Amino acid sequence: MTDETTHALAFTPEDLPEKGSFLKPHRIVLMLVFAALVVAVAVFMRWDWLPRYLPRLGSGILVSLAMLFGTAILGFLLAVPLGLAQVTGPWFLKAPARVFCTIIRGTPLLLQLWLLYYGLGSLFPQFPWIRHSFLWPYLREAWPYGVAALTISFAAYEGEVMRGAFAGVPAGELEAARAYGMRRWTMFRRIWLPRAIHRALPTLNGETVLQLKSTPLVATITVVDVYAVISKVRQETYLTYEPLLLLALIYMCLTGILVVAFRYFENRIPTRGA
Amino acid sequence: MAADSFINWSLLSLSAPGWGGVLLQGFLHSIEIAIGGYALGLVLGVGGAFGKLYGGPILRDLLECYTTIVRAVPELVLILLLYYAGTDLLNQLLGAAGFGPVDISGLMAGIFVIGVVQGAYSTEVLRGAIKAVPAGQIEAARAYGMSPVKVLRRITLPAMLPYAIPGLANLWLIATKDTALLAVVGFSELTLVTRQAAGATKAYFLFFCAAGTLYLALTLVSNVFIGIIERHARRGFAEQR
Amino acid sequence: MKKTLKLLAFAAALAITGAAAASAEQVKVGIAAEPYPPFTSPDASGNWEGWEIEFMKAICAEAKLDCVVTPVAWDGIIPALTSKKIDMIVGSMSITAERLKTIDFSDKYYNTPTGIIGTKGEDIKPTPEGLAGKTLGVQVATVHQAYATKHFAPAGVEIKEYQTQDEANQDLAAGRLDAVQADAIALKSFLATDQGKECCDYKGDVAQDVDVLGPGVGVGLRKGEAELKDKINAAIKAIRENGTYDTFSKKYFDFDIYGG
Repeated sequence: MTDETTHALAFTPEDLPEKGSFLKPHRIVLMLVFAALVVAVAVFMRWDWLPRYLPRLGSGILVSLAMLFGTAILGFLLAVPLGLAQVTGPWFLKAPARVFCTIIRGTPLLLQLWLLYYGLGSLFPQFPWIRHSFLWPYLREAWPYGVAALTISFAAYEGEVMRGAFAGVPAGELEAARAYGMRRWTMFRRIWLPRAIHRALPTLNGETVLQLKSTPLVATITVVDVYAVISKVRQETYLTYEPLLLLALIYMCLTGILVVAFRYFENRIPTRGA
Repeated sequence: MAADSFINWSLLSLSAPGWGGVLLQGFLHSIEIAIGGYALGLVLGVGGAFGKLYGGPILRDLLECYTTIVRAVPELVLILLLYYAGTDLLNQLLGAAGFGPVDISGLMAGIFVIGVVQGAYSTEVLRGAIKAVPAGQIEAARAYGMSPVKVLRRITLPAMLPYAIPGLANLWLIATKDTALLAVVGFSELTLVTRQAAGATKAYFLFFCAAGTLYLALTLVSNVFIGIIERHARRGFAEQR
Repeated sequence: MKKTLKLLAFAAALAITGAAAASAEQVKVGIAAEPYPPFTSPDASGNWEGWEIEFMKAICAEAKLDCVVTPVAWDGIIPALTSKKIDMIVGSMSITAERLKTIDFSDKYYNTPTGIIGTKGEDIKPTPEGLAGKTLGVQVATVHQAYATKHFAPAGVEIKEYQTQDEANQDLAAGRLDAVQADAIALKSFLATDQGKECCDYKGDVAQDVDVLGPGVGVGLRKGEAELKDKINAAIKAIRENGTYDTFSKKYFDFDIYGG
């Protein structure tokens, strides 16, 4: 996926408003209207359930964030070899890497998640020894499947980005490294990889926000993230709109915090135009 | 038991004891929603992109809110909100506009939900593409005395297409995959009928793999067409990248 | 551009057919979009079958209603009713005080005990003490979830919630759960399958708690629709009296599902 498409799908640092841009007269009017709307929502809708669920919402948010960062880091570590294999690997590495990326990117994440959790689970009864293996305590839980599915998905999308990034490092830089007498590994470690990551960083922002947007799917396999907590609120209070509005607000805040953090780091590491 | 229950291909046969026919029907539903949602998204996107570029300050800010919310909130949450609250609201709006209470259900609701999400994405893709059209071309058209509508139809839209197509192609692929999320609201598209078939037969692994193959086939076939369209749209373009 | 126009035309056509199909006077009967044998389950030709589907057809014929089966997600079935996506719920939904705050119910049309199944050979009893330290699966938004949360969770039972009953059964067979609580008939139907026979057995009924479990299952209706409610109640009474109810029930059960 190109940088532009990721930007079209995810809120990224470029979208942050400029300082002082809120002081234009029509914006002040719009914000007043918006504030009135918020007050109306707060007054006319039912929010008495909120205090009871706050602790659970907090732990749900933590689970969502753990899912996001855990799978983004693991996925990125997988994406580097995936991208590299597609650029320079021999055919027996190149072909599987390409097939892997195509399959994962060509099917819905929800289906992959259910295939991993219920599909694999339905095979367990045929292999009774599985219940005595050292992996069983993990296979019994739901979160490892969520982590696996989200990691694989992130790796496949980011692997494609890394492929472009590796291929896009100017040949001259690599030639210069070789001319200095660097070994292949040294050249990869000191020049190729850092330059490729540098090139991939702006897309990484968008991909991470997209990953946050994928995390609620794990609630469908019994992981209790913030989405699952809100679903519980919906079922116990028989309210539809209020919990969902709160959930949307929570995700907007999380995205906002993530994007502000990215901008902070981007300003410290000059990635663009390098 | 283990050996033959591992893969029981007859479960996939197209007629009654097999679930292949039901799966294909769900697949057709998915494609219908994807096409409808994508088309609705394009309409919203064209409007949104022009509104964002040429609209007044209030329209621009409202559109900014729309695209920001859709791009910051998970599709799954948006789909729930739009499915329950959105269709309700739309019903009341249509009722207030004098169309009477229109019954939005099934296919229509699915298309509406996917379309609103896709609309925000298309807005961003098209806005970028329109901005990539050299301003001189539009100025030249105006200098010829073309009306704004004519400029749009004859110059801006055709000139921006080559820039927009890669992004729009990606959006199509995303639309096909996003239809799977409708399974969560109980819409009988491919992913949900797969889950039902799997639940009724207990052959979870087989059915999820079969559905995956169908989605993958849709993506691969789409990719072939996208390649053709891209080559066609890039005619006369100098070497790009 | 041409492609876009064609797509638009197609979308418009879809919109028109969609609106036309829905304009006839129909009663949309919401059922849970999941296999829930022997009450409702999809067959391989895409139709829904089961005891509850026959019950629905019988009352619709009796009350002269043009009913269409409309599958929706179980965890959103009440919002679907209140936002008028469906007009009534025939989904094995127990009449409870909690639900009566939001929707209305017809008279009950069946009542069965609530039971617990568990992994074969495991020492599990359907009591708080007998389940302590175990993992119990329930379907979300059911009376069973409410019951397990009230009676079992305080005793140290880990409760896992599933979107469909079938997924809970599946995880029990996979060994991820020690036990599952649900309607006794639905559970026995699962135990009769190859998979159920191999993995699990019936551990017993849970102690009755009418406050949570309710007096039985009724047709879910929107509040304030007295006319429809009267029709449904009259129809239930009529099919009970003229023997239709017993005729189709005998095909599925060898006991009286109506209960006391």
